[in-house]
Amino acid sequence: MPNDPMAEIKASFFIECDELLESLQDALTEIDEGAHDGETINIVFRAVHSIKGGAGAFGLDALVGFAHRYETVMDEIRSGRLDISPEAVKLFFQAADLLADEVHAARDGLPEPDGAEACLKDLEALLGTDRMIEEEATEEVSDFQPMGLSLDLDLDFDLSPDPSGSATSDPHLLRFKPHAELYASGNEPLHLLRALAELGPLQIAADLAAIPSLDAIDPEAAYLSWEMQIDPVIEESAILDVFDFVEDVCDLEFGSQETSADRVTSLASRPLNDPSFAQPDDIPSPDFDPLLTALSTARDLPESVATAPAAPEMPQEDAPTPPAATAPPRAPSTPVAEPGATVRVDLERIDRLVNLVGELVINQAMLAQSVTEAGLPPNSPVMTGLEAFMMLTRDIQDSVMMIRAQPVKPLFQRMARIVREASSAVGKEVKLRTEGEATEVDKTVIERLADPLTHMIRNAVDHGLEAPETRVAAGKPREGVITLSAQHRSGRVVIEVTDDGGGINRKKVFAKAVEKGLVPADAQLSDTEIDNLLFLPGFSTADQVSALSGRGVGMDVVRSSIQALGGRISISSAPGSGTSFSISLPLTLAVLDGMVVTVADETLVVPLSAILETATLTSEDIRALGPETHVIHVRGAFVPLYDLGAELGYRAPKSNYEGGIVLLTAQENGERSALVVDTILEQRQVVIKGLQQSYGHIPGVAAATILGDGQIALILDPADLVHNASGRTRIPDLTLAG
Amino acid sequence: MTAPTKTQTVSSEIELLSFRLGKEEYSVDIMSVREIRGWTRATPLPHAPDFVRGVINLRGTVLPVVDLSVRLGMQPVAGDARNVIIVVQTGAQTAGLLVDAVSDILALPASELQPPPDLAADTAQRYISALTIVEGRMIRVLDLMAVLPDDDAEAA
Repeated sequence: MPNDPMAEIKASFFIECDELLESLQDALTEIDEGAHDGETINIVFRAVHSIKGGAGAFGLDALVGFAHRYETVMDEIRSGRLDISPEAVKLFFQAADLLADEVHAARDGLPEPDGAEACLKDLEALLGTDRMIEEEATEEVSDFQPMGLSLDLDLDFDLSPDPSGSATSDPHLLRFKPHAELYASGNEPLHLLRALAELGPLQIAADLAAIPSLDAIDPEAAYLSWEMQIDPVIEESAILDVFDFVEDVCDLEFGSQETSADRVTSLASRPLNDPSFAQPDDIPSPDFDPLLTALSTARDLPESVATAPAAPEMPQEDAPTPPAATAPPRAPSTPVAEPGATVRVDLERIDRLVNLVGELVINQAMLAQSVTEAGLPPNSPVMTGLEAFMMLTRDIQDSVMMIRAQPVKPLFQRMARIVREASSAVGKEVKLRTEGEATEVDKTVIERLADPLTHMIRNAVDHGLEAPETRVAAGKPREGVITLSAQHRSGRVVIEVTDDGGGINRKKVFAKAVEKGLVPADAQLSDTEIDNLLFLPGFSTADQVSALSGRGVGMDVVRSSIQALGGRISISSAPGSGTSFSISLPLTLAVLDGMVVTVADETLVVPLSAILETATLTSEDIRALGPETHVIHVRGAFVPLYDLGAELGYRAPKSNYEGGIVLLTAQENGERSALVVDTILEQRQVVIKGLQQSYGHIPGVAAATILGDGQIALILDPADLVHNASGRTRIPDLTLAG
Repeated sequence: MTAPTKTQTVSSEIELLSFRLGKEEYSVDIMSVREIRGWTRATPLPHAPDFVRGVINLRGTVLPVVDLSVRLGMQPVAGDARNVIIVVQTGAQTAGLLVDAVSDILALPASELQPPPDLAADTAQRYISALTIVEGRMIRVLDLMAVLPDDDAEAA
């Protein structure tokens, strides 16, 4: 039981970390842009500090160590002892990236990221060695009040004066008395004591005085307590960490053997969660023995007053015993991120709501259809009511979809990091500008956009921008600019990656394509067509395979992942002034814009994103290719013809396709194909229903949807269909391969 | 015909939903039956085995429907208003069984179920887990796990 709330708190700590890391990035970006004011620097400092504080409470030593050293340098900046230089800012960014890695490593239990130590060394080199150690000590003391017990566990600093104020020569004196709840919740004092012993030398004495005679023993009660003398080199916070999980269910009393004057004050500073403190008239705590009680330092007193529990001997929800270990480091986090009032909701619940709204949309369509079939006059109350209902449904659907939507900001921040890393890898100076960070897109879309976007950004740095010398020679600033923008445009999200580089060298691209045999040498291609050659599989214009790109993953992969999201990507380029990639994405993955068609009396939905154009076939268009196949001739190119009815096994290939309707579709690899359908019914949004779970994968079918009449229609996956297609359009054959 | 015996099921007693396929009588354990629906046209699935009639809309979920008659090696169920779809669930899988008509709910002691004799010549043999006699009629108890399409293996 006690572990569950901890796991929950820990999870929310990591969520908080992400928010802090985000504000850290924001503030660093501001500093980079020249905002050297105290508040911005404070935000950076507080973000790092809060992460450190929280990490300390969970015993994430590696994270604490890193954050502490980062924070130390930041403090120098904050106090004005160190100037902000561009190099320093660069290092801060690098350190912030590594801090994010550290946080994620701690969250997912991964090994520590590489390069952390090197980065910290560089960072600390800013201070100069002597100064660092000296300032370190001052910082600890001056910073003591807000930090409480979250002092670092770094052994490097053990020799610095103990800031807690207790004399270092005296051992820590600790009295540990478990409550019955500690045993009931499955904790074992022996393990805790062993953990203490691992910290350093200690002496333990068990106090058996409270054990009653055998006939009076309550088998479920707790009678034992222990007194310990712990080596003073061990930090108090490290000791408290051991009791982190049981602090609610035991009495822990700290103190050190000092003067007799202190002994007197011990009467005032009762154990921290001694109930009698808050309720002086209450029954005295049964086991309290002032002589055995170790002394609390005067410093603990106000805290114990503030957090003394109201009910005696009850497990405390707010962990009062060692409050300084968790509470104070959290406090500074409040002013950092203020995202307005939010509720954290389980994603599953949202998905259920999204599904239900999908049902509602379908039901509304069904209702509308039956009302129409009933032949009611258009101005009847039912019809007006239905119209209002339809508008409401639309509103609800939009609002529910917005719940899943998230701003693209975190994604863009990741890209900022990619730019930093990529530019330093190829020795270019690059600045990333972002626009429309608040634009919201479906969570899944954002997640699945990260990889293609990373690739595009790397490409822009590596291939898009020229080397600094070339830029200067061309009369441009040394520093290249990559602009990453997001905006809503007509129900879709458009994300653009623009560089101010040299533009696409079309001659080179064409030559490369010819060399790779992708196009014939005598082909006459328009500029746009040449630009689109970049999307062909296996195309790479880089003369040398650099460390950055040229890993065999090309723009074709980018395009296929965008298409998998129901999106499209386009390219435009102006020689000398840059290249722009534009990605257009649907707002959500729960609904899809589709063309509703019929084939052999079955209704099918073809995703609109896959359709280039529709056409009616004439006899001149159709040419027989092999004995069983046809091609059609459209816009100077031969496109293979597929009969949807035959490919799906609904009917035999027709004898004549003249006058038939074809959908011209583009495949992921740029190949086009023509799909024969019988009629085109309409173009509409459909709610996507997975087939995978209830049935399994069907070749050529992406999912299903429910139409207005309650019937299920299959949503085609044209690329998969063509991939598995037989292409038979001439000889009747019912046993299709598939 | 017997009236449905609606006695409380005790541990040794099981209840079976019996239904008709052609002239034969089959049954399934009532605990695996979720609901019984009237006939609706199913949307055929491409490249599906012949016994998969297609998918229907079960209050917003896509439900595969098995033509039990074809599955057991008989003529397809006609598919008209008299036919019904029994929605069954085994484990995580939910599917509809298209049958001619539902006839009865039978309660009988588990001890009256007998394993079917080993006669391998029949397709139906694989899908029957037990036999019993109720008032002179032989009732076959279906093995649902064997009847339902097993996800990808048969779909692909």
